[in-house]
Formats: sequence, C-alpha cells, structure tokens
Amino acid sequence: MYSLGDIVRLLLYLVGLIGFGAFNAAYLSLLERKQSAWMQLRRGPTEVGPWGLIQPVADGLKLLSKQILLPRDVNVPLFLLAPIMVVVPAIVSLVTIPFSETLVAHRYNLGLLMIFSFGAINIFALLIAGWASANKYASIGAVRVVAQNIAYEVPMLLVVIALVMVTSSFDLVEIVKQQGGGCWHWNLLKLGANPMMPASFLIFFICMLAETNRAPFDMVEAESELIAGAFTEYSGMGFGLFFIAEYVNILIGCSLATILFLGGWDCPFGLFPGPHWFLIKMYALCFTVVWVRWSFPRTQFYGLLNLSWKILIPLALVNLLLTAVMLKLVP
Amino acid sequence: MTPQEINALLSAACFAGLAGLTLLGALLAALCRRLIYSVSGLALSFIGLAGLYLYLNAPFLALMQILVYVGAVCIVILFAIMLADTQDEQSGRDRRATLTAIASFLAASMLAVALFLMIRGTTWMAPAAPQNTGSLQDLGHALLGRFGFAFELISVVLLLAILGALVVARNGRDTPRD
Repeated sequence: MYSLGDIVRLLLYLVGLIGFGAFNAAYLSLLERKQSAWMQLRRGPTEVGPWGLIQPVADGLKLLSKQILLPRDVNVPLFLLAPIMVVVPAIVSLVTIPFSETLVAHRYNLGLLMIFSFGAINIFALLIAGWASANKYASIGAVRVVAQNIAYEVPMLLVVIALVMVTSSFDLVEIVKQQGGGCWHWNLLKLGANPMMPASFLIFFICMLAETNRAPFDMVEAESELIAGAFTEYSGMGFGLFFIAEYVNILIGCSLATILFLGGWDCPFGLFPGPHWFLIKMYALCFTVVWVRWSFPRTQFYGLLNLSWKILIPLALVNLLLTAVMLKLVP
Repeated sequence: MTPQEINALLSAACFAGLAGLTLLGALLAALCRRLIYSVSGLALSFIGLAGLYLYLNAPFLALMQILVYVGAVCIVILFAIMLADTQDEQSGRDRRATLTAIASFLAASMLAVALFLMIRGTTWMAPAAPQNTGSLQDLGHALLGRFGFAFELISVVLLLAILGALVVARNGRDTPRD
C-alpha cells in the first residue's frame, strides 16, 4: 500500500500544483488581456513592470485587499461555500495530469474518469452560487450553466468513450504511452482506428470551450446582458476564486486535449520527448482558447443548445458506432 | 503501538469519518426546512457514500457515484427547485404537522424495532470471498457477460423513460388543429 514517503510526496505535489494553478490563472489572465489588446490593435496593460508583466500580482493584491461584501438577502453559508466548492475540485483534478512519464503527482488507473466526476461538482457549485446570491441575474446565469453543461457533457463523454474504446484504458499515462514515437502515432491522426479522429478532436475542443464556460459559450457570465451572471454579487477574493477556477478548468481541459489527442509529452518527430513538449502543446491550446474568445461573438442561447443536441451529439454517436465497427473489422 | 494497530486505528477513523459524513448529509436532507439545504445535504451524503465505496476498494463505483448522483441527480433536483416557486418552501407548522410528526415517529420506531429484532434473530453468513479483483475489466465482463440480460433490460427501461418524457412533453405542446 502507501508508505509515509508516498503521502509526503503527494502532499508536496499538491502544494506545487496549487502554485502551478494559481500562477497559470494569474498569467493566463495576462495572456488574455495582452492577446485581446494585440488582436484589437491596443496595447493592453503596460504600467506595472516591463510589458505589464507584474500586472497579475497587482490584480491579486487588489482582490485580496478588497472587502467581501455580503448583500442583505444572500444565503450566507451557501454563498461562502460556493467559491470553495468551485476551486477545490479544479485543483484536485490536476493531481492525475501527467506532465511527463514520471512527473505526475499520482498515477491513477481511473484518472480520466476522476477528472470528469470532479468536473461535475463544478456545475453544482455554480448553481449554488447563483441561487445563494438571491439575484435575478445570478439565477438566470446559474440556470443557463446547468442547461449548457448538461447539453455539452453528453457529446464530450461520447467522444471520450470512443477514445477509451481505442486505448482500452482510463490511465492517462498509459494513454500517452500508446501514442509515443512521432505525430503519426497520435490519437488525432490514428485514422486506422477511426477515420473520424480529427472530427472527434474538434468536438472535444468545442465541448471543452462550452464546459469551461468560455466565449462564444460564456452564457453564465454574459457581461452585456447579465452583468456578471452567477458571480454578480461576489466581491474580492470570492470573485477571485471563481476566476482562478475558470482558468484552472481551461488548463485541465487543454491538458486533457493534449493527453487524449496530441500525444502528451511526446515529440512530434520523435526527438527528446519530455514535459516541455507537454507544456508547448498545452499552451498552444490555451492560446487557441483565448483566440477563439476574441474572434467569435457570443452565440444566442438557442443556437448554443441546437449546436449540441442537433449537430454535436449525432456526430459523436456516429463516431462511437464507427469506432466500434472499426474495432471489430480491423483487429 | 505496532504499525498494525496504527493501521487498524486509521482505517476505523476513516470509516467513522465517512459514515459520519454520509449520516450528516442524510440528516441535513431529511430535517432541513429549506429544500436547497436538503439537496446540498443529499449531495454531501452521496459524496460520503462515494468515500465509503473507495474505502471498500471499489474506486470505479466511487467515481461513478459522484459523476451520476452529484453530477446529474442532485443538479436536476436543484434545477427543479430553482424553476419552481420558492415562496412556499418554508411552510409554517400547523396542527396537522404535529399529528403527522407523531404518526411518522410511531411508524419509524416500529420499523426500527422490527429491524432490530430481525438483525438480532438472523444468523449471519460469513462474508463472501471476492469473485474477482473488482477491476474495470472484471466489471465490464460481468456487466456484459453474466449480467448481460439485466443490463439490456435496464437500457430498455431507460429508453421507455425517455419516450415517456417525450410523450408527456409533446402532449402539452400540441395546438388543436380542428
């Protein structure tokens, strides 16, 4: 079983992952601001530090020093519990993500499943946040979260099930190991296993955008119509935790896409595999996520649900059937 | 203390904590007057139950418990509560409420006594030896092999439930043509 050393190692990894998550939340927000400025021919933050590099630290200090307001009608215990319930599963999910073959906090043979089941708590927490705020905007945002997340969880899980049928493992390390040795072995290009692999990657990426509530699917927040949606009544670090959780969820989504489809730490041409390749691919995907946000306008809610139920789910079902047929035909 | 004793103590503490969490959640769900607290208690209870599965060395079941019960069942209940009118959730006590309370207490205590007597009177079998290691592969083989028929029947029931929901939803939407 577990020795004391294992437990200490796991705890140290957890501390490191909290740091990693917080660091990424801070600097992905800077990336977001810089990139949007660049795309809109502005300059973005420039004042704090060279090129605004210390801006996230200043933002963090500002959030920490702000008072946490409790509006009159708020349901206090649930209102205070919701940000914690959002951020803890997000951070804990990072534990099973393998950055390289050895650089993984806890190699777990059900890692993929664990990330999905912890992701489910996120929706619950957002719903609680919206309800406890006792605010019309927050309630509408929370109700939208549920409709959206249920709609997009279905195609995402269908695509992942098809992938698991090919890899026949939930172990993220094992899934990456099967893709070793150059980009033609990656699941993205494993057309022999399923000719629809690139399409299923696209479905996974779209669902990931919707599950992390990112534009063009950011119905939860929808600044122009709902102020800040489910987060309207939160101030200071209460809001900050939602913010961190959003970016950590993006991080997890991009890591999963990297691991499942892009070969994890494997090098595209078979040279020097290692964590740097994992980080390069993951941040390229993060860049794409931000890129999508500033390129597409927010969809309408009906369009959002129609995309899932009428296009993505049928496609994912076809993908699943095709995978099963291919597995039987091509031994 | 020897390592074995420490292990046994830690194990007992884990079990007590998880069982306590489950019970606390169940009590919250049953006793709270606000529906939203009840659902949160239910979610807590489900998470405690998932912990118990993990304690019993069934990690797949534990994760499915969280994914299905917290991630789907609790959210659907919460969704229904939010869409429903929230005014009448704090109904005041009236005379019938006390009568109901007495009746339910009587019924529950009778059930408790009966269960207690049954537990005392039964000769318990020795715990069955595990059939397999409980891994994902074993579970898959068992579900689609030995229990394949039950598995398929359950899927038929679920399909019928979806069709039934469609029929019910469709009925209200039809506009009279003639």
